[in-house]
Amino acid sequence: MKTEHNDSLLRFMTCGSVDDGKSTLIGRLLFDTKTILADTLTQISNTSKKRGMEAVDLSLLTDGLQAEREQGITIDVAYRYFSTGTRKYIIADAPGHEQYTRNMVTAASTANLAIILIDARKGVLTQTRRHSYLAHLVGIPHIVVAVNKMDLVDYDQNVYNKICADYLAFAKEIGLQRNSNNEAGHDIRFIPMSALNGDMLVDRLDNMPWYTGETLLEMLEKAPAAHTEQSEEFRFPVQFVCRPHASADADLHDFRGFMGRVESGDIAVGDAVTVLPNGYTSKVKAIQLGEAQLQSAQTEQSITLLLEDEIDTSRGDMIIKTGSKIEPVKQIEAFVCWLSETPLSPARTYIVRHTTRESKAKVGAISYKVDVNTLEQQATTDLKMNDIARMSFKLAQPLMVDSYSKNRATGAFIVIDESTNNTVGAGMIV
Amino acid sequence: MSIKKQPYHNPLSHLDWLEAEAIHILREVAGQCSNPVLLFSGGKDSLCILRLAEKAFRPGRFPFPLMHIDTGHNYQEVIDFRDQRAAELGERLIVRSVEDSMKRGTVVLKSPDEPRNKHQSVTLLEAIEEFGFDCCIGGARRDEEKARAKERIMSFRDEFGQWDPKNQRPELWNLYNARSHKGENIRAFPISNWTEMDVWQYIERENLGLPSIYFAHQRDVVMRSGAIVPINVPLASGEVINPPRAGEEIINMQVRFRTVGDITCTAPVISDADTVSKIVLETATTTITERGATRLDDQTSDASMEQRKKEGYF
Ligand SMILES: Nc1nc2c(ncn2[C@@H]2O[C@H](COP(=O)(O)OP(=O)(O)O)[C@@H](O)[C@H]2O)c(=O)[nH]1
Repeated sequence: MKTEHNDSLLRFMTCGSVDDGKSTLIGRLLFDTKTILADTLTQISNTSKKRGMEAVDLSLLTDGLQAEREQGITIDVAYRYFSTGTRKYIIADAPGHEQYTRNMVTAASTANLAIILIDARKGVLTQTRRHSYLAHLVGIPHIVVAVNKMDLVDYDQNVYNKICADYLAFAKEIGLQRNSNNEAGHDIRFIPMSALNGDMLVDRLDNMPWYTGETLLEMLEKAPAAHTEQSEEFRFPVQFVCRPHASADADLHDFRGFMGRVESGDIAVGDAVTVLPNGYTSKVKAIQLGEAQLQSAQTEQSITLLLEDEIDTSRGDMIIKTGSKIEPVKQIEAFVCWLSETPLSPARTYIVRHTTRESKAKVGAISYKVDVNTLEQQATTDLKMNDIARMSFKLAQPLMVDSYSKNRATGAFIVIDESTNNTVGAGMIV
Repeated sequence: MSIKKQPYHNPLSHLDWLEAEAIHILREVAGQCSNPVLLFSGGKDSLCILRLAEKAFRPGRFPFPLMHIDTGHNYQEVIDFRDQRAAELGERLIVRSVEDSMKRGTVVLKSPDEPRNKHQSVTLLEAIEEFGFDCCIGGARRDEEKARAKERIMSFRDEFGQWDPKNQRPELWNLYNARSHKGENIRAFPISNWTEMDVWQYIERENLGLPSIYFAHQRDVVMRSGAIVPINVPLASGEVINPPRAGEEIINMQVRFRTVGDITCTAPVISDADTVSKIVLETATTTITERGATRLDDQTSDASMEQRKKEGYF
């Protein structure tokens, strides 16, 4: 008999300043959902003993690489996995240091929910603002504000309420909060917890009877997966064209399959489509996934599209539904986070990679830089690592873009330095 | 207040999502790299990747050959399965062997019975140079080991095949950067986000065939420092390796392999799971990690994998 595996998947990230309890929280989630196996536990309990600790330090579970261990800090983004009976989770774990804005942006780029940790003793700090702003900038729709270390403030409801109020006041200020006339805002929820004791993560202990809301895991289990909340336009960047004409099978002689992933929206056999940037039109003849013939396909599926007409199409083209509005553009305006130790050089030519398409790009104007702590706009002529600026690029090739707030897939791009091939910038189109 | 609203779309199941992501990554490799290769060992992870490659590229041929770096110490069942699978698919299989590197003198063993696993990297680099590959697709997963948790999906290696944790490209959204200069190399990991459980569930769902040693079978073993060590294993050459040491008691046990690597450093686990469904169940209830249970060479230090990766190990 076959087992059924129909769980959905949620990607989320954790943000917190050093010592807010991020590693402990992740360790707890993994431990309480029984993801940690005995040998790993033995390993970390040995290490805990070696370091003179009484209890097993669950934060060691997420302790990464040698180099970092030597420096005693976490750098970069690490990915962890756990699953419950109903859902698989991918956690992007990024450190909270000010210097690591780029890591947070990286982690946020694939997350649909962010857990923002606050130390109950400290309340809303500059770091909290920074994390919230970045979650907002990178378009994470669901935010869980976790007020941690409640055990150190005697589980005092007033402390918790004050922190929630402070946070909401600030959230309004930066346009983070969702309200009736701000559909694009974020869904913000609060939870008091003690990650160390495992209170309100998976289990509900008796310390906070005044809190009747969901536990963290309940929130995670119910949070919508990406792309499920609103209707989106169909966007299909062509990754690869399959033309097995040399095949011995005569039936395949005229086969021309456009392979790619549905970045947003859905498509069905018979739909009228337009191929950009050239503007050719046709109809969907068939949709294939492996040997399976599909009648329709939805967001995030990797499929092969066959069209009624023979159209000359190659990697980098975009297939949309006829009538959908998207114009090829040769200039883009965006918020850009600089990722590289080598600062942006306005005189140089870069490569912009957007969906499956690349274009050479020249820096246009830099309007301003955002101070991620105060959210102030500052005039600037250069961009250094971890800076975020609003700026424009002039493009050699047209790109088919949407605004990032409408579509996280077709509104995003990366900037590549042609001489080193490094990824040096991350852009979100305004 | 509850987040749950009627979804506009039903989300993909986790296996459909992981499959779609892996297909997308394989197609990005094909679209961005000029001469990629798929590393194929006959093991369960690489068998999943072959299935994903079918879904990514059929009815066309794979836009890359398959390659196995053979230590010469592989289970015959796995080698046979490898050849059979490549033939069924009609794809080109390249085999390069550590023993040839030993003959060339580029691999020198410290002692004749030193495990050859870590020397695979030399042979791999030689093959990369021989064929001019700019990208190697592999089956590594981030859940395998702590040092892999930060591994990129497209991981950059310098001319010496070295992985520098400080010099990896940030990876955002699903915008992968697989560019490289001549001599450099990208390692692409399409199933980075899969766990051992996901792999078994996918094998079950897709009805994938596997080498027989993944299933429970009787085998002569000895217990050596807490691990189950298979002994007197015959090779294709007729040679028999892993003799018992003096004083060791040979036990005939029912075991299966959770991972199939080099004979000298892969241990089986006690199991009566003789079908994929039973293995899925066993995986759900196991208390030991895949690597902890089965690798005889990794136990010295939990940073040993990271060390080997820096040296060019896959
Ligand atoms: N009392 C108490 N201590 C906590 C709690 N969560 C974390 N800690 C402690 O705070 C310190 C920092 O936690 P850690 O998880 O390493 O923080 P990170 O730097 O955010 O990853 C450790 O000593 C933890 O044991 C909590 O809920 N209550």
